[in-house]
Amino acid sequence: MARTVHRKSAESVFFLSALLALSVALLMLAVLVVEVFVDGFSQLDWQFLTHFPSRNPEDAGILSAWVGSVYLITLTVAFAVPLGVAAAIYFEEYARKNWFNTLMEMNIGTLAGVPSIIYGLLGLGLFVRTLNMGRSLLAGALTMALLVLPIIIITAREAIRAIPSSVQDAAFALGATRSQVIRTIILPLSFPGILTGIILALSRAIGETAPLIAIGALTYIAFLPDGLSSPFTALPIQIFNWVSRPQAGFHSNAAAAIIVLLTITLLLNAFAILLRNYFYRRIHAHLS
Amino acid sequence: MTSATPGSSHVKEQMVGWAFKLCGLLSLFVTVGIAVVLFAEAAHFFGEVSVVEFLFGTEWTPLFTEKHFGILPLVLGTLLVSAIAMIVAIPLGILIAVYLSEYASARVRRSLKPILEILASIPTIVFGYFALLSVTPFLQKIIPGLSGFNALSPGIVMGIMILPFVVSLTDDAMTAVPHSLRMAAYGLGSTRLQVAFRVVLPSASSGVIAACVLAVSRAVGETMLVAIAAGMRPTFTLNPLVPVQTITAYIVQVSLGDTPAGTLEYRSIFAVASVLFVLTFILNMLAQKLRASFKFTYA
Repeated sequence: MARTVHRKSAESVFFLSALLALSVALLMLAVLVVEVFVDGFSQLDWQFLTHFPSRNPEDAGILSAWVGSVYLITLTVAFAVPLGVAAAIYFEEYARKNWFNTLMEMNIGTLAGVPSIIYGLLGLGLFVRTLNMGRSLLAGALTMALLVLPIIIITAREAIRAIPSSVQDAAFALGATRSQVIRTIILPLSFPGILTGIILALSRAIGETAPLIAIGALTYIAFLPDGLSSPFTALPIQIFNWVSRPQAGFHSNAAAAIIVLLTITLLLNAFAILLRNYFYRRIHAHLS
Repeated sequence: MTSATPGSSHVKEQMVGWAFKLCGLLSLFVTVGIAVVLFAEAAHFFGEVSVVEFLFGTEWTPLFTEKHFGILPLVLGTLLVSAIAMIVAIPLGILIAVYLSEYASARVRRSLKPILEILASIPTIVFGYFALLSVTPFLQKIIPGLSGFNALSPGIVMGIMILPFVVSLTDDAMTAVPHSLRMAAYGLGSTRLQVAFRVVLPSASSGVIAACVLAVSRAVGETMLVAIAAGMRPTFTLNPLVPVQTITAYIVQVSLGDTPAGTLEYRSIFAVASVLFVLTFILNMLAQKLRASFKFTYA
């Protein structure tokens, strides 16, 4: 009898501590969002989106920052998606199981864990210096493309693996070549899953700051990029610049820019989650 | 074969295969590229600074006139912030994961998982703002001696930032434990709590340890949060209340200044980055090995 009571109380102690752990995490999230909104919402208006940065916090805006970010992530995706999806197709459809391919697979897992600042130094040494691209939009986008490549490869592989092999076998049995199977079966069926990976990569690329600082992207830019070799700034760099200043006015600007950045990131992620759910429902419906 | 030119279509198939293989190989080139870029500049650096001074020196003053290049203050700063983050992330993460995998109903799981994913997607620069302008002022009210830049506040915030990562990997490991083990334990009269902590968690241990190792690797490589909130002063200390500098924050500090290529200062960021790269590479490899052995057990 005493033992049962003891067991019951142990259960409730665990339950309460788990609940507490969850509330700590959710509370922090809530406080973060509230603080950012309280500090930044009054700054957020049309002028903020359409003005260049300024020495005066009230006049400063994020025009060059958000335009730079849009250029940057568009180019990043343009570079990373074809390469990443092709690599995923190689690993799922071509690669035989041997030590070399096992090594390559482990390598992708390891690359996904390399700190982003290290990619920045790779970009600095390779693109900015060795290939002489300077601190350009192109160098930034290529660096970012290498950074998100593992994300795209891993999600695309999962999407391809989820396709029932019976569908492919049927196509092969009808005499389709491997490249025909890839074009007509693999790519269309895995498309929603691959798109999820692309959106996750976008959301990662738009918030990354450290690699851009490492390649030397400028923190104060009062013009819009006019080409691939143009210098640029991006939203997170502008936020970093404002946070680092002592004046409270710039902190409010940082908060307002964070609201913009968070809104974009959350929308992208919500879309990715919805898309993934839809994709798995569709594959399961297909199987049953 | 009814195809008019079977030969040419065969050649085309081969070329398509080679193109895919080249893209597959690209990821290997990236790793090699990182190693070459880092180690080449680091080699120049070690032409001027002795390896022994670098690895065992306790003074890091590369921007002063009297330069010292002992990396230990940066390493200690990095480990201090990471340790604080782990103290927050690992207990909370395992509690939440056990709850999610063994207790929560399907409905609760479905609503909590996306919330954790959203928490995971917040850019680290946002957490930097939060640590510097919200958490540090709050902590200063409780701890009077706390400096405006310190290891404690970014450490705690980093713990919360890494939490979803720990939860999701631990939860994956626990849900991969076969149902039969749970049923057998219940059959012997175990309570839910006993099943969770004495059967499922130990069975998933290599997966859970892999999650913790990956979390450490993340913490060690985290940059913007510490660059904003931990300060830029390399201090050989384990005191969480004073400013410290991490390896990553030093790289940011030098990158922000306009340092010409070829100078000792420029090369020093590649030298410290080599240490960071080797450290995280070993941690990631270790985690992958652990996960592989875990998958092998329950495949």
